[in-house]
Amino acid sequence: MRTIESSDFQRILDALVTRGYTLLGPVVRDSAIVIDEIRDMKDLPRNFGDHQEPSHYSLSQRNDGAYFGFAAGPVAWKKYLFPPRVTLFTAQRSGKGFSVTPGIDGWSPRKLAFVGIRACDLNAVAIQDRVFSAQEFVDPMYAAIRERVFTIAVHCTAPGETCFCTSMGAGPKADHGFDLAVTELAGEGRHIFVVEPGSAAGSEILEEAALRESTEEELHCAEDAVERSAASISKRMEIDGLPQILRENLEHPEWEAVAKRCLACANCTMVCPTCFCSAVEDSTDLEGTGAQRQRRWDSCFTMSFARVAGGNIRPSIRARYRQWLTHKLGNWVDQFGTMGCVGCGRCITWCPAGIDITDEVDVIRGNGVHV
Amino acid sequence: MEIENLGKILRQHPFLEGLPEHDLEVVIGCASSVRFTDGTYLMHEGDVANKFYLIRSGRIALETDLNARGTMRIQTVGPGEVLGWSWLISPFRWHFSAFAVSDVLAIALDGECLRRKCENDHDFGFDMLRRLAQVMERRLEATRMQLLDLYGTDAKVPS
Amino acid sequence: MIVEDTDAPAIVEEPPRALNDPMVVRPVNIRKVIWETDDTFTLNLDVGSLGDRFVFHPGQFNMLYVFGLGEAAISISSNAAQTRALSHTIHRVGVVTTGLAQLKRGDAIGLRGPFGTGWPLSAARGKDVCIVAGGIGLAPLRPVMYALLEERTAYERIILLYGARSPLDLLYRVELESWANENQVEVLVTVDRGDSSWKGYIGVVTNLFSYIKLDARATVAYVCGPETMMKYTIDELERRGLPEDQVYLSMERNMKCAVGFCGHCQFGPEFICKSGPVYALPRVRFLLDKREI
Repeated sequence: MRTIESSDFQRILDALVTRGYTLLGPVVRDSAIVIDEIRDMKDLPRNFGDHQEPSHYSLSQRNDGAYFGFAAGPVAWKKYLFPPRVTLFTAQRSGKGFSVTPGIDGWSPRKLAFVGIRACDLNAVAIQDRVFSAQEFVDPMYAAIRERVFTIAVHCTAPGETCFCTSMGAGPKADHGFDLAVTELAGEGRHIFVVEPGSAAGSEILEEAALRESTEEELHCAEDAVERSAASISKRMEIDGLPQILRENLEHPEWEAVAKRCLACANCTMVCPTCFCSAVEDSTDLEGTGAQRQRRWDSCFTMSFARVAGGNIRPSIRARYRQWLTHKLGNWVDQFGTMGCVGCGRCITWCPAGIDITDEVDVIRGNGVHV
Repeated sequence: MEIENLGKILRQHPFLEGLPEHDLEVVIGCASSVRFTDGTYLMHEGDVANKFYLIRSGRIALETDLNARGTMRIQTVGPGEVLGWSWLISPFRWHFSAFAVSDVLAIALDGECLRRKCENDHDFGFDMLRRLAQVMERRLEATRMQLLDLYGTDAKVPS
Repeated sequence: MIVEDTDAPAIVEEPPRALNDPMVVRPVNIRKVIWETDDTFTLNLDVGSLGDRFVFHPGQFNMLYVFGLGEAAISISSNAAQTRALSHTIHRVGVVTTGLAQLKRGDAIGLRGPFGTGWPLSAARGKDVCIVAGGIGLAPLRPVMYALLEERTAYERIILLYGARSPLDLLYRVELESWANENQVEVLVTVDRGDSSWKGYIGVVTNLFSYIKLDARATVAYVCGPETMMKYTIDELERRGLPEDQVYLSMERNMKCAVGFCGHCQFGPEFICKSGPVYALPRVRFLLDKREI
């Protein structure tokens, strides 16, 4: 473990830029902390914290100078690995036929550095890896982008009210899948990052940066900060045996009850870092001689999602909410070996109706809701 | 046809499966063997309903005349099945015409005869009704499925 | 002329998979268009551009692309042993299938596939096979019939129960007759409504069970058609004592990517494009009973 002064952290970012990486990290925009390209430490949300509750998100002021003193914002890293809109192929008419050019032809994806990715989101990336790279078909675009990603994880020290990563075994400490991981220690007269490598690429950057060894006290503080983080997370979801419970309760009256509140606005699926549903759109240009196929994000909450010839499989909101929850916490396990939820809390924060997935699970389990 | 033969044939027909011997005698008393050639009508819509047929072989189509839309056939009845229960329910009239689409061999049971026996012996009557109820239930289930027009292009699932 | 492929690979259980970039279509030309009924047509495709042969397992489907319009998941309905011939029988029912219906010989469409699982023919060896088809459901089952007849002696009785809307909606009438007459297949055909020229059965396809005697323990059933029809058929098969694991059905859902990425075809935990569309009844029984799954 190494220690670096916050004022020197830029060196690590510079080392990545030298290696051709585009830096991505949290920035403040439109009263939220989103993810976008950054060049500099100055672009990060220094002294910003956040306040999250069901259907509520607001930024707050910190005074300890922390760069990462907040929890998950509305944007997840899937925006870059699984972009909202990509062109899968273009086609051109010729005579009675046509020729096809794959979208991936001649496309060179950028090298991306994810600066400040949290444990929950790292787990979410691993979950999407299973969907797109580990099944019988591989998404070549996802694979190409993914292998060019460098991650600097941040162990959470300021989890939000809607976080429940501890219940999902997905945080607040990142324990694998990163190139570098840092714990930020700000306040009490110092501002340092305790850094650990998680891969050969990460080690290489650290060696180059020639950082000093962390002291016992620093290590202890870092551990402590993360432990306090975990302890401060009060929201819980009981996942033991949950897939089976969901399978046995597909007609539970709670589905009807939550459907009365749910607007099927699809916010939850957009902010969720693991949701992967997409739609394929085929179109032509105005002359009709050129065509393209695009893939765009889709949501099981939309009315057209389950349309079939002559009708619709899930016309009711009740069925669509049930589909989302039972997929994420039940069917996902059959499909991919893990649950599809990392406890980041975004769906709770960004639901305009304030629906809380952990409460819904409580009700289905028969525990009632802890108010 | 010999009574003995009739009895044998009736015993084998699925509709009367498990019917006690003494009840079978009752049925034989109302029964006669009949045959229809391909292309003839067994009954016409609106006729007085006085027969109940147990089909042995061949195929009969139930049809109705839809005026401008012509003749529509909505059901066939085949071997091992029964045709006609309007003999049991007032006003005792056929709701459909029955047309033989092949040569048909059947046992015809006289409706009035059966009705009298049902009224005289309620146990027998109940058994007959139970068997008919089963046939009607299956027929209703099947008809509902036909009504859903599942193969139709406009077969919409309500949404 | 269809060239018989004498060195075609034996039909194997492991279904062949589509190529590298699973979302990119390959152009193929239409060799022939045959109108089966007024709203159902068959496209015979020229497999030349696909590498001269197309290998699939009965029950699998392709995604057929109309330039700039979209794709539809269509079951393959040709003979799997004839790898130089490929055809799909299509019911014109939506935007893409209407687009396909307007194409002519020589026009090109895009193809991706084959996808999905096929009917497990090995389960039927030495047994009676009962094929129950409703409406367009006969199209994905035709390759099964071809495969069974390629090795007729490997199976005992072959029974086909087929229901269509009306006599005018019957598919493959010539083949139905030849199967009945030349190949020792018991073919029973029924329609939902007939006219005065129809002398066959009239009524739902499940009625046809009244006219055949099944040896339940020794029968494997393959069922395909509208979901409601399949459910009624399954009930009927159960009534007649067929063990659940001897019944197979073909499920359908909204299909977009066909490769397990888009999430649309989910049926409970199943991605119909990957673990289906053919399922042994025990695997999906529990889901069939639920509304809006």
